[in-house]
Formats: sequence, C-alpha cells, structure tokens
Amino acid sequence: MQIRTTLTVLTAATALVLTGLWVGNNVNMLPIGASSNAATYDSLFKVLFSIGTMLFVGIVILLVYSLFKFRRRSGDLSDGLAIEGNLPLEIVWTAIPAVVVLFVGIYSYDIYERMGGMVALNDHSAMDHAAMAQPAMQASASSRVWGGIGAAGMDAPSVGKVLPVEVTAMQFAFIFHYPDANITSGELHVPAGQSVELHMEAKDVIHAFWVPQFRLKQDIIPGQPTVLSFTATRAGSYPIVCAELCGPYHGGMRSNVVVHEPEAYSAWLQQNSPISTTTT
Amino acid sequence: MTLANPSDFNGSLQPQGWLKYFSFSLDHKVIGLQYLVCGFIFYLIGGALAGVIRTELASPISDFVSRETYNEVLTLHGTVMIFLWIVPVVNGGFGNYLIPFYVGARDMAFPRLNAVAFWLIPPAGILLISSYFIAGAAAQSGWTAYPPLSLTTPAAGQVVWILSVLLLGGSSIFGGINFIATVLKLRRPGLKLMQLPMYCWAMLGTSILVVLSTPVLAGTLILLSFDIIAHTGFFNPALGGNVVVYQHLFWFYSHPAVYIMVLPAFGLVSEILPVHARKPLFGYTTMVYSIMAIVFLGLIVWAHHMFTSGTPPWMRLFFTIATSFIAVPTGIKFFNWLATLWGGKIALNSAMLFSCAFIVNFVFGGITGVALAQVPFDIHVHDTYFVVGHFHYIVYGGTVFVIFGSLYHWYPKFTGRMLNEDLGRLHFLLTFIGFNLCFAPQHWLGLNGMPRRVAEYDPAFTTLNQISSVGALLMAISTLPLLINVVLTAINGKVAGDNPWNALTPEWLTSSPPPVENWLGEAPLVTEPYGYGQKQEVTP
Repeated sequence: MQIRTTLTVLTAATALVLTGLWVGNNVNMLPIGASSNAATYDSLFKVLFSIGTMLFVGIVILLVYSLFKFRRRSGDLSDGLAIEGNLPLEIVWTAIPAVVVLFVGIYSYDIYERMGGMVALNDHSAMDHAAMAQPAMQASASSRVWGGIGAAGMDAPSVGKVLPVEVTAMQFAFIFHYPDANITSGELHVPAGQSVELHMEAKDVIHAFWVPQFRLKQDIIPGQPTVLSFTATRAGSYPIVCAELCGPYHGGMRSNVVVHEPEAYSAWLQQNSPISTTTT
Repeated sequence: MTLANPSDFNGSLQPQGWLKYFSFSLDHKVIGLQYLVCGFIFYLIGGALAGVIRTELASPISDFVSRETYNEVLTLHGTVMIFLWIVPVVNGGFGNYLIPFYVGARDMAFPRLNAVAFWLIPPAGILLISSYFIAGAAAQSGWTAYPPLSLTTPAAGQVVWILSVLLLGGSSIFGGINFIATVLKLRRPGLKLMQLPMYCWAMLGTSILVVLSTPVLAGTLILLSFDIIAHTGFFNPALGGNVVVYQHLFWFYSHPAVYIMVLPAFGLVSEILPVHARKPLFGYTTMVYSIMAIVFLGLIVWAHHMFTSGTPPWMRLFFTIATSFIAVPTGIKFFNWLATLWGGKIALNSAMLFSCAFIVNFVFGGITGVALAQVPFDIHVHDTYFVVGHFHYIVYGGTVFVIFGSLYHWYPKFTGRMLNEDLGRLHFLLTFIGFNLCFAPQHWLGLNGMPRRVAEYDPAFTTLNQISSVGALLMAISTLPLLINVVLTAINGKVAGDNPWNALTPEWLTSSPPPVENWLGEAPLVTEPYGYGQKQEVTP
C-alpha cells in the first residue's frame, strides 16, 4: 500500500514536471525578439512559464481531485478526520516554495546581469560618458544620470562604436536627434548589430520608452536624464510604445523603430543628413 | 469587557427596525452590514465604470467616450473599487460583524469611533463621484496620481480626489486601531490568542499594516495637494522637486494595500473551508506565523512597482528577493487549505465554490506575481495589460470571490434566512467564466505589446480585447442572480435557524440574526473553533 502510494505520487510528479517543461518550451506567448537581450529574456520566460505551469496545474488537479474524492455523500452528517496538522508535511511545503523562489531569484539575477542590468549607470564614469557624448545634456544633467538596462550586456554582440541618440519625450510624441549626423526624426532608425545609447529626456510628464520586440522598457522622468542601451539584432520595423499614463492621448503616443542592415542604415543617414541635402 | 460598555449606547435611544441601518448606530453588527451594503453599491458603480472601459476597448480606436473622460473613468474605477468596495467590505464589513463574536465581546472596543469610521465613507464616496459633475473634470491621472501628470490635469478634480482618499484613509485608520484594540484587549476571560479563529489573526495583521502605512499615503497626498494648490515644489521637477520620491511614498502604502485587501480574504476563507469540509483548519500555528510573515515582508517590497523608474541596481535586487519570498508564507497558506480539504466531507455549496475558485484564481495570480517580481521579467511587462490581468486575478479572483463566498456563508447569520443555492450556483458559474474570459487574455495582450490605461490600441489586438469585453459583460450579468437571490430570500427565503452549517465558531452559538450585545446570556468560551471530528455534533 505504502509502495503504491509512493509510486503514484512519483508518477504524478514526473508527469507534472514533463507537462510543465513541454508547455514552457512549446507554447509561444511572446512576440518575435529583435534585440540582443530578447533571447536572454525569452529563456528566463521559458523557465518561469515551465515552473508556473507545474505549480498551477498541480494545485488545480489536487484541488479538483479533493473536491470529488472527499465530497459529502447525501445524508452523511459526520465530520472528517480530526487532523490538525503534520509537521513534516508542513516543513516540506515550506521548503518547496523556498527552494523554487531561491532558484528563480538566482537565475533571474544571472539573466539580469547578462542583460547588463547590474552596470551602475548613475556612477561617475557613466555620467562623464553621457556628458561627453552629448554636451547639450551637460547643463540639464546637474547631478545624476538614471539608467535602465545597462550599457554593454555581456551577451551583446555589438560591433564598432556606440551610436548615441537623443530622445525627447513630450505629450504626445517621441523626437529622436542624432548628434553626430545632426538629423532629427520622428522615427528611430538604428543599424542592426551596433550598440545604441539613448539619452532620454522628458519635457512635461513621465513617459516610458518601450519596444516589446526588444523586451526593454525605461521610464523617462522629467528632471532626470536617463540612459538606455540596446543592440538591435533583427532588421524590421517595430513599435515604440509609451507605457506610462501621460494624458488623454497616451494611447496614441507611439512611434516606430526601424532596424536596418548596416549598409541600409548608411544609406538612410546619407539621405537624411542635412549637409548632403544642402550640397546637392 | 472593561473597555466598552455598549449597553450605555445601544439602549432605547437607538432607532429600531430597518431605520437603524441609516442611523449613527453603535452596534457592531449594524455597522458591519452598513459597510457591506454601502460597499456593494459602490461595487455596482465601479462595475459600471469598468463597463465603460471594456466598451471603449471593444474597438481599437477611441470612439465611445472622449479621451479625457476615459482617463477619468479609469481613475474613478480604480479608486472606487479599492477604497470604497474591497477595503471597506473585507475589513470594515466582515471585520465589524465577526471580530466581536470571535473574541467573545459584546461590541468593538470603540463603538463611537467605529460609527464615525463608517460614516466617513458615504460622504467621501459621493464627493469622489460628484467631482465628475461639479468640478468640471474629475481626476485623470489614474489611481496612482503620479506627478507631474497629476499636477497638470484639471486641478479641481485632482484636489477633490485627494480629499476623498484622505477621508477614506482616515476611516481605514480608525477601523485599524479599533480592530487591534478589540483583538488584543477585549478577549473574553479565558480565551487565549492562539485559540482565536484565523480571521482574527488576519484582521490583526491587516490592521497593523493599515496603521503603519496609511498615514504615509495621507502625508504624501497632502504634499501633492500643496503642489497643486499652493504651487510648492515637493514633486514638481520644474521647481526642483522629485517625482520618484512620490512613487516611493505612494507605494509604501499602496503595496501593503494589496495585503490590506487580501489578508482579510485569507482569514475569511480559513473560516469557510473547515465548516463545509468538516475538518479542522490544517496547521493553525503555521497559518498564524505566515500571516505575520506576510505583514512584515509586505512592508519592504514596495519598490517592485518602480523597476522601470530608474531605481539603482542594488535596490532592484533587494526588492526582487523580498518580493519573491512573500511566495513562501503565501504558499504555506495554500497548501494548508488544500490539506484542510483532504480527507474531509466536503459540501460543494455556493460558499465553497467561491472559496475553491479563489484558490485557483489566486494561485494563478500569485504565480504571475512571482514572475513580475523578477526585474528582467518585469522590465518588459511593467505597465502593460499583463499587470492588469495579474492584479485582477489577485483582487477580483482572490478577494472579491471570497467576499461572495462569505456572503453565502454568513447571510443566514445576518438575516436568519438561507440564500437560494440554485441561484447561488448560477451566480458562481457566470462570475467564474466571465472573470476568466475577461482577465486571462490580458496576460497575452501585455506580453505582446499592449500598454495599460490606453483608450486606443494596435488593431492586431482586437479579437482578444473583444473576448475580454464579453467576459466583462458576463461579469455584469452575474450580479443579477445575486441581486434577485437577495431580494427573493428577503421575501420568502428558507428560515436558517441559529446554526445551519453546524459550525463551531462563536457567531453561530446565538440566534440568527443575533440580538443586540450578541448573546442573551454569558458569551460562550470557544477554545477550539475548528474542533471538527472530535466533539459531539452541535445540534441546532
């Protein structure tokens, strides 16, 4: 009897783990990934999705099974067993969530580090870097530069130098300025494979820069110049969405980021550069 | 029984009959029902506002109400549902009704303060709703009222909103002080703390959170109102203020607020499950420690709402870990509830259906919650419909389901009549299907690029939004069987008797409805509120 119970529990647990892993690996809930940290993000998502499925399915099956198995037969007015607790069992189900949570925490810390999140962007060197990259920022960046996901994630296969772009967020638009080429644009154009550093400022209220396909979001906070770095990996056009309630037209505050192959990006620079238009 | 002597107040001067529900009654049972009915009216108002939101979102363009109105509606929806429905009902409503019974007292510790706490709510609610009509424009900056947006939207509406929330926060603090005093100081002689029904512990923990964190919100909103009225610069970056400081202060209250909404529900479920499963509550002691662990951890996790606000890396790490660890005491509670059911004799009535659905919904919301606690995960889905789905699974799938379950469980005690089971099951079925249809698709929408608080969206998201809106419609319809049930039962419901469930907790050891001062004779000493399977049946 004891052995049969043990075997049943083991089989159920194995089936549950396999179900969770299958679901996590085969059910796609995410849009395509187009930045270097999208793949890292997606692997974290798979792990969380697998564990979540195991726990949820397991608990629901246990609950539904109990409700059927231990339902009250009509006419039965007696009580169930007078079990008030079981210390070993309680230790087990304190330990299981603790271990799961610890694992998830350590794993997501690792993911976060690989994304470059632990790079302190508000330290002195980053501030100098931001100030050098953009002299106009120097006046407003009185003390701190606030950062989101860090400059160079370890996974970032970026080549060449960093491309700085100034982002101004206002009700209800994003404006992009390329300081090196002196281009101002309503859309963000970036080359695939090169690290881009956004220097973001909000004119009025809090906005947020979000590209779902990049798995990146950063609030743009008035009074606090913010740096956000990413490396796009996949050519195409993706939405830029404002993700912080910013007023009546918040839902309409959208733009696009166009990721070019490097040659196409050079062509775009050529076409839009104000110098080239005046000379021709 | 030394702190209060309610017989001085509850004598012949108080109105009798139905009029007492409109009076400044000092009877904790009257006040409890006042909270419940008042809260339910605001639930219907908040639900109608949700109906406006889901109607607008049934199509991808902004075509139902103006964009300004839409922002007013979403602000009012959140504020009404949190401050006028869930918090007052699970704390003030069931708390006032049940806690004096559970500690063996004849009333709350401070009956007058109790009545004042309730009577702050209707004016605050009317003030909030009326700001839409009198002030020209109601608050438009969400229930979070982040500056600088809340400084630039129409000032009158925002100030009325602040005033209303301050009144409601005051009411909440009065209630919290009263519960702490009642549980700790008004216990019947001979009744030990570790013999109290679990809901007492839940309310003690919740009240500690209320008393510690609500004053912080009040102070923050007063500073915000200075910024609006007197043009000070606490949170105005143009005047050297800092908007992130506001977010820290706001979430220092508003994350614990989640536990203020959820812990009492945990307590109520802990009362309902043992009665209908005919088994003792499993692991009483660990349940008590879990509540207190959640209270402690709940106070140190607020910045997980600000992972994209430019918080420094060490802070992100600390709040990820603290938040994740709340899953441990919460997990203990859920496993203990499952163990309570295991081996019982379960009657799957309406009260149980809602309570068990609560377990399913809350586990789902808890799992997405642990995912959201992870900074890298959160950075993608923060401020999206994923979060909207997540917190509705917690506060609606969790707390509101428990409120309905509790209504079926305690209605016989409130009125002396049983609610109709068939209508109850219909109510459950519509609510459960509607709820999941409404909020499950929102997780996918958030992951794939739909931000929250928008009146228009990418047409690619139309189908799932329409499914979500159909779910909302079902939820609206689901209130009809409940209302019909309550009206029909009041006319010719089955008479319940003192103890229709054969329950052991003290509120069932008196008549239904109970007399003023709860028991005609001495308050009973109940030291084993969950002693099922070991005592003789309590025969009605």
